[in-house]
Amino acid sequence: MISHLRPALVFVGGFTLLLGLAYPLSMTAIATTLLPHQAQGSLIRDGDRVLGSELVGQNFTAPGYFHPRPSAAATPYDAMASGGSNLGPLSQKLIDRIRADVAAAGMAAPVPADAVTASASGLDPDISPQNAQAQVARVAAARGIAPARVAELVERQTRQPILGIFGAPRVNVLALNRALDTLAAQ
Amino acid sequence: MTVIGWLQIAAVLLCTLATAVPLGRYMARLFSGERTFLHPLLHPVERGFYRLAGVAPDRDQGWLNYAFAMLAFSAAGFAALYLILRAQGLMPFNPGQLPGLPADLAFNTAVSFLTNTNWQAYAGETTMSPFSQMAGLAVQNFLSAATGIALAMAVTRAFARAGTDQLGNFWVDMTRATLYVLLPLAILVALALVVLGVPQTLTGSVGAVTLEGAQQTIALGPVASQEAIKQLGTNGGGFFNANSAHPLENPSGLSNGLVIWAMLAISAALPITFGRMTGSERQGWAILSAMGLLLVAATATVYWAETSGTPHLTALGLDPLAGNMEGKELRFGQAMSALFVAVTTGLSCGAVNTMHDSLTPLGGLVPMLLMQLGEVLPGGVGSGLYGMVVFCVLSVFVAGLMVGRSPEFLGKKIEAREIRLAVLAVLILPLVILGFTSASALLPSALASLNNAGPHGLSELLYAYSSAAGNNGSAFAGLNANTPWFNTTLGIAMMLGRFAYVLPVLAMAGALASKPRIAASPGTFPTTSALFVGLLVGVIVILGGLQFFPALALGPIVEQVLMRDLVTF
Repeated sequence: MISHLRPALVFVGGFTLLLGLAYPLSMTAIATTLLPHQAQGSLIRDGDRVLGSELVGQNFTAPGYFHPRPSAAATPYDAMASGGSNLGPLSQKLIDRIRADVAAAGMAAPVPADAVTASASGLDPDISPQNAQAQVARVAAARGIAPARVAELVERQTRQPILGIFGAPRVNVLALNRALDTLAAQ
Repeated sequence: MTVIGWLQIAAVLLCTLATAVPLGRYMARLFSGERTFLHPLLHPVERGFYRLAGVAPDRDQGWLNYAFAMLAFSAAGFAALYLILRAQGLMPFNPGQLPGLPADLAFNTAVSFLTNTNWQAYAGETTMSPFSQMAGLAVQNFLSAATGIALAMAVTRAFARAGTDQLGNFWVDMTRATLYVLLPLAILVALALVVLGVPQTLTGSVGAVTLEGAQQTIALGPVASQEAIKQLGTNGGGFFNANSAHPLENPSGLSNGLVIWAMLAISAALPITFGRMTGSERQGWAILSAMGLLLVAATATVYWAETSGTPHLTALGLDPLAGNMEGKELRFGQAMSALFVAVTTGLSCGAVNTMHDSLTPLGGLVPMLLMQLGEVLPGGVGSGLYGMVVFCVLSVFVAGLMVGRSPEFLGKKIEAREIRLAVLAVLILPLVILGFTSASALLPSALASLNNAGPHGLSELLYAYSSAAGNNGSAFAGLNANTPWFNTTLGIAMMLGRFAYVLPVLAMAGALASKPRIAASPGTFPTTSALFVGLLVGVIVILGGLQFFPALALGPIVEQVLMRDLVTF
């Protein structure tokens, strides 16, 4: 056992330098040089102000914006505290929460499931096209824009699965709301 | 279930098969000591390590010496990681000025990463600095995976060699697995992930002001480099609390496909390596077929259960066509969420893109059962292969009992000593899982950690110890496991699951290596046929099923029955 002491220490030390510092730091250097946008979190900037990340969901509560899925974080869409509700399907707490959310959303049955269920990360940036369409009437009324124009915007913002198969059809809420602001400004 | 959904699943599994063959043959050459196309670049580095460490690469080790080397390396890795975590506040690259971890959490985390489990009783965003993630956790992501591959190669040589008790050199196997397999793949996957949107920066977090004027602080870090090895090494410890569900760890359907492939790539290739090195590639295919059959069955079950929706929510007016969406990310869809659930637990990965705690009862039963079956479908890198070899040995033994002939596997006679050691290894899992789960169920302070009442609460406990003992690391994450009781007992379960399992397996390998190879006779039970694959599947399912069925009946099974009657807790 003693004869293994030196190799054990050398390999742990040497590999810590190689795999723990050289590897991630060189990856950081390459990523920052070649793909600075992605490497720094795909941030959306408006001048000096960071509006958020293209990839990370944000909370919207005003009636004139499209709302994201419920978030299980203590402060919804807290991007320092990702996670789901971890409630099982028979949980009374879950049923009560969803019943309240269904009532608050005021959507006609069948309610799009993603509109009232919490995502795994609490930071889901997307909603389903059905969920977005179900919110069109509220948003259009709050903005004073014709519902048909808002519905058309939703359609334009709907992203199809990658290569036609990977993933699900979806609408990025932040991108949709930014496009909505642009539309309202016209 | 939809056609598009199954197309996605098929695409990922076919890509895995397509890479398994060349990667498996490459590893067979590498671990047989032949030159590979990476030698001009990496051989000097490899030799430099041996010189510094005073290792003679040509000197092979018997099973006991091999085991001692592995244990010494693991002990040193544990000490280094434990110290880094405890002294986090004094280390560089700590923009959030995070303090050191308390002793029980540092112990649990160090054991967890050392044993390739990556159970996480902490939330990455608010607990770990970029330095701890890179120089602490990611290093063990590489080294625990390399250790697994090394052990699998030692077991492989038990059948490749005859009349010797030498199984290879642990230091050489571990170094080659790291330098020639894990590191090059990790570099490729890390860069691909950055292209797809995964951040790679030393910035800890960035502040944003939303369109509505609210503040949002977005956690960042060197995510891509960590994510790549976390998947390739079947470690599974997420950079962020939400793991592969977090949009910055797994931004799209495409990245999701890539990380599922990365989880499977090496484990699916190792049976091919095993076949090549033992002179029977058909044997590798037989093992891979058994793994694949069970994995596809598990995926189909989860996919069906989750898309069937839950009657409670349908009663509230939710669209049942979307399936159970609580705890799922929209961008992945039900099919690729189901595949991830089955793969991460069929492997000993434990990364999650779905919150397993919120799965339907049947959907949650599958990952639990896959862990209890011993994580051999296709299992963690290395550990899946040697686990499967144990099941092969047991299968030929069962076949031998049925036809009354002395069992053989790949020309080696399987005798009483090998069977005793194989059974000893297999018994570790039920002992640890059922023992600790029962103890926790009797302990009021442990029950205070539960997030769900009723049978789902028992499932949270059973899942935790199945995950720890199987070195998986995924969780029914509602359980608050960051308490001294859980940190300590789960730490012990992880150590037993890794070391108490592999020591008898190495001893078995040592005994097998020294036996002569006997030529196949007409009475030899063929171990490459469809009949053998069926027998192997049967042994895995019946052994696991009988051990854990009573416990599962009290958890997910009764819950599934109660769900139909709209019972709540």
